[in-house]
Amino acid sequence: MSPPLLQVNDLKKHFPVNRGLFGRKSEWVYAVDGVSFEIARGETLSLVGESGCGKSTVGRAILRLFDVTSGQVILDGQRIDDAHPSTMRQLRQRMQVVFQDPFSSLNPRMRVRDILAEPIRNFGLAKSAADLETRVTALMDTVRLPREALNRRPHEFSGGQRQRIGIARALAAEPELIVCDEAVSALDVSVKAQIVNLLQDLQREFGLALLFISHDLAIVEHMTHRVAVMYLGKIVEVAPRREIFAAPRHPYTKALLSAVPLPEPGAQRNPIILGGDVPSPINPPSGCRFHTRCPYVFDRCRTEEPQLRSAEGEQWVACHLDALPA
Amino acid sequence: MALLEVENLQTHFRTPSGINRAVDGVSFHVNEGETLAIVGESGCGKSVTSMSLMRLIPEPPGRIAGAIRFAGKDLLKLSDREMRAIRGNDISMIFQEPMTSLNPVLTVGRQIRETLMIHQGLDQQAAEAHAIEMLTLVGIPEPKRRVREYPHQLSGGMRQRVMIAIALACNPKLLIADEPTTALDVTIQAQILKLMLDLKSRVGAAIILITHDLGVVAEIAERVMVMYAGRKVEEAPVAELFRSPRHPYTQGLLGAVPRLGSSLTGAARRLAEIPGQVPDLRKPITGCVFAGRCALATDLCRQYAPGLEEKAPRHIAACHYSAKGAIAA
Repeated sequence: MSPPLLQVNDLKKHFPVNRGLFGRKSEWVYAVDGVSFEIARGETLSLVGESGCGKSTVGRAILRLFDVTSGQVILDGQRIDDAHPSTMRQLRQRMQVVFQDPFSSLNPRMRVRDILAEPIRNFGLAKSAADLETRVTALMDTVRLPREALNRRPHEFSGGQRQRIGIARALAAEPELIVCDEAVSALDVSVKAQIVNLLQDLQREFGLALLFISHDLAIVEHMTHRVAVMYLGKIVEVAPRREIFAAPRHPYTKALLSAVPLPEPGAQRNPIILGGDVPSPINPPSGCRFHTRCPYVFDRCRTEEPQLRSAEGEQWVACHLDALPA
Repeated sequence: MALLEVENLQTHFRTPSGINRAVDGVSFHVNEGETLAIVGESGCGKSVTSMSLMRLIPEPPGRIAGAIRFAGKDLLKLSDREMRAIRGNDISMIFQEPMTSLNPVLTVGRQIRETLMIHQGLDQQAAEAHAIEMLTLVGIPEPKRRVREYPHQLSGGMRQRVMIAIALACNPKLLIADEPTTALDVTIQAQILKLMLDLKSRVGAAIILITHDLGVVAEIAERVMVMYAGRKVEEAPVAELFRSPRHPYTQGLLGAVPRLGSSLTGAARRLAEIPGQVPDLRKPITGCVFAGRCALATDLCRQYAPGLEEKAPRHIAACHYSAKGAIAA
């Protein structure tokens, strides 16, 4: 088996909270607290979870938009987390990002042509001016935008079209991995379908690996190969798509899936309604972080933190229950 | 008689680049105790419709025409003073973002009391007691402590519960919920939807639910109205609408939603796309509003706007070809 494209080992990212006189750092937000996973070439791994579970922080740490607290991020055998800025620049070409809000992630003063040409120039991918032009027009074809649109500015486009520009910009660098951080969440239903289909086509065409960060479980099921479920900075379950959606094992995954309202009136379902709210990541609960809301909680959960263990085949679950609820 | 009857509602806004016909001739009714969902994508006019019902549209630049008859009274003919007596009392509203719709510098208790003291004429003590009762009703733990807290001390789900408590404090006959769970996480959304269903059976208010989430619609609506580009394009009982949508837009919407469990049935089909964009509402639209994106559109559609017709009992749609459309679905 070939080595994975991306490897994340025990990644931690803690943010300081300034409190008290003179803003002394007295507390930490444990945004990501020991997360490990791998992504193979051409694979889609989805990170799912609710607000504040740390899924976006993981994405940003991989892109090294900030330094991590501890742990390793390895892209194709090269450490990213402690790479020198000059090496980092080379590595950035291989991983790109598409953000949630297509309104704030494109520079309103730049024409689409310049937005797309910038990464090509930065990474020295074009051999000549003519080559640059060919690449830019080819990108427009790839994301199915009219070539005439190259001279327009972002405000002249609708949300869906802007997201296409964002995707074209990510593709311009010819990356191997694209981090999609809630890339379709802000879009309307009909436009969302267009962008989801586009991402799937592009993955097939270019053999891209995707880290798909989303809270929308139905979209995730539609387009992912594997899923990692996060809760308060930890992965609680990771498994191939079929296992996660057919037989979720972790009580949180079960509750999460059962809470999604189905577009079928009168559908027979018994949602597991979790009580309370997600605890604060500033003072996460001891032991299993889910124990405050878990319907199966017992003594050991309150003191001892469960580790990810193999439940069946490729399905890994962090839960103390011997017989995981099926 | 219906509790609310809206007839030919037109809410237009004057903008520098022309008149925006945000809502253009929409008629519907809500019966007592009924839940009507208004569905559609951004800019279809669903929120403007709800704001018009409450007369919360600033005039100018807005202008509301038509008739909104609530319990026999035309709300558009009332004075501002008379309208204020209705808002929060007979008709109340829950918005999407509980943080921006609650006052950050007042305790939640004070915000619930205010409605009760103004509309029900309760004194401070009685209002306080009722506020605690309301917080208990919406499932907030330790209500006696929570009434003294400020909105920022509560989580998103709790704030939405407080909003619901304020909205229901005066036993309204009609509750308008504009995307009440859109800003919430899915496990919290499940809590709030369950709460709304429980309260509905206890309080008996009619609900207008405005949403873009078809899952939420299937969960709590009885009847559904689909809007597109400021018009009503289809209306039907909820099961009927999901089973046999008659308008090509509704069919497109239902096809574009991925379903949980799709990977298990092996139905890993491609999502249906609705090509193109919503039309510019500042330009007059001749013919069917959906013609530009519709696969079935012909010259007839581009020239003559289809009227709303009853296609099946209680099921109306505005499409020249909806019989054909039903087969295509």
